[in-house]
Amino acid sequence: MFEASPINRKNLSRQKLFRFIFGAMTASLILPVVLILGTLIFKGAPVISFDFLFTNPTKGMTAGGIFPALLGTILLVMVALVASVPLGVAAAIYLSEYAPDNWFTRTINLAIINLAGVPSIVHALFGLGAFVLFFRFGTSILAASLTLAIMTLPVVIVSTRESLQSVPLAFREACWNMGATRWQTIRRIVLPNAVTGILTGVILEVSRTAGETAPIMFTGAVFFLPFLPQGVFDQTMALSLHLFVVSTQVPDMPEAVPYGVALVLIGMVLLMNSASIALRMYLRGKKKW
Amino acid sequence: MKQHGPSAGDATVKLGVENLSIRYETGPALENVSLDIREHEIFGIIGPANAGKTSFLKAINRMDMFNPEMKIDGKITFNGIDISKVRNVYGLRRRIGVVFPLPVGLPLSVYDNVALAPRLAGQNNRAELDVIVERCLTRAALWDEVKDRLSSLGSLLSGGQQQRLTIARALSQDPELLMLDEFSIAVDPVTTMRIEDVLKELKNEITIILVTNLVQQARRLADRTAFFLDGKCLDVGVTEDLFTGEISDQRTRDYVEGRFG
Repeated sequence: MFEASPINRKNLSRQKLFRFIFGAMTASLILPVVLILGTLIFKGAPVISFDFLFTNPTKGMTAGGIFPALLGTILLVMVALVASVPLGVAAAIYLSEYAPDNWFTRTINLAIINLAGVPSIVHALFGLGAFVLFFRFGTSILAASLTLAIMTLPVVIVSTRESLQSVPLAFREACWNMGATRWQTIRRIVLPNAVTGILTGVILEVSRTAGETAPIMFTGAVFFLPFLPQGVFDQTMALSLHLFVVSTQVPDMPEAVPYGVALVLIGMVLLMNSASIALRMYLRGKKKW
Repeated sequence: MKQHGPSAGDATVKLGVENLSIRYETGPALENVSLDIREHEIFGIIGPANAGKTSFLKAINRMDMFNPEMKIDGKITFNGIDISKVRNVYGLRRRIGVVFPLPVGLPLSVYDNVALAPRLAGQNNRAELDVIVERCLTRAALWDEVKDRLSSLGSLLSGGQQQRLTIARALSQDPELLMLDEFSIAVDPVTTMRIEDVLKELKNEITIILVTNLVQQARRLADRTAFFLDGKCLDVGVTEDLFTGEISDQRTRDYVEGRFG
């Protein structure tokens, strides 16, 4: 009764073939990640210690720790966030909730998408011209962070806009119909339901910012500083640039040190990504409609 | 088109509509509709899909403000005041409660759903809000079912409960006019009958516009009924006249007797 006809058999073998192809593709994607992480942990883990994380480098960076670079990266990311999040979220709210659908809005949307595609080295030169030279911030944490902020703005705007748009229009209409202004609707209904999505986008953005090298190396990050930065107008060391330096610029570097630095950097990024994933899972559990 | 039954002069006109036309970019939705809705009546609007019924409600609530494609011509008066000249449209909308075809439980607690409109209007006194919430939920025949879980999410109630929640929310505005747009589409028959009973009671205090695709629902509830077809209002009159009495357009009789639509 259920015997397979030739066509059935053909469909079944095709089904198996495609399943295998897609599975193999996925496996080949995971492989490099496993290799990279494996190598980093295998070669870098031995140098990781409390002293490595929390002391200054010594002997021309071949010994000692990476504390100034670690601290510098955290500072750069934080200042960049302070600049990009309020600006990006405000712009996204305007574009999603207020802007009329006309050529001007469409042009802005197009510009944002294009801005996201600008290579980071171009942002670096822009930052050098605008913040370091024109605004006279000098090569400083402020200039470097603002450069990072400009670079991450489009992504913050796009992810925030997506989160806002995921709140159903019917909710807004219900509010408008009872006499709420647009702002009352945004504050009481739209934002509270979009905020976790916005946060997820921001955290993903942070992890990207932490790894960037080009935008900060002309604008505020330096190879080596004998002291920690005292304020936003000081220069700083940074993990990403430090990795570049210890891998290529310093003779007689013990092999384990660059691996250790890379491991710390990738560990930081993974930590933030997991925070973002945890947040999203928590969110899904609390789905409100 | 002509008006049947007692003339509008017999009762106070709550909502006057003169030569109302509504256009979208895709074409006209409503053409040249004139009718009066009187205080303390349930005014039914029946007609097939795309007749312009929902657009009619949107025009009354000035929702064209949020939709630049919607163009309104003609005159609507609320309590005798031309609403196109109302500066504070938010104040106008607060006097008009709206219930949608699909229930919209906002992603807030049951309590906050009902307390939202008073809060938007500036009422933040918890004791007063408690009174409003209990009163409105009771009137919407929902209080007994949710009184023990006022803090659970309104958007997770069942469809029928959410629709009653929507009605409670509309009532929390203390509206003078309640507009229901095919409220029973997503509601079971028992809940529908409970809501219909609520509406009959509410009529003593407020004016109700009942847009419905159920001809018999209009017959059960509406004092007067208008028949919309393809953006035109073909008949307005005492509801029973549409079924049995004198009417001006044969298509009205065909529709109410189920011969098309």
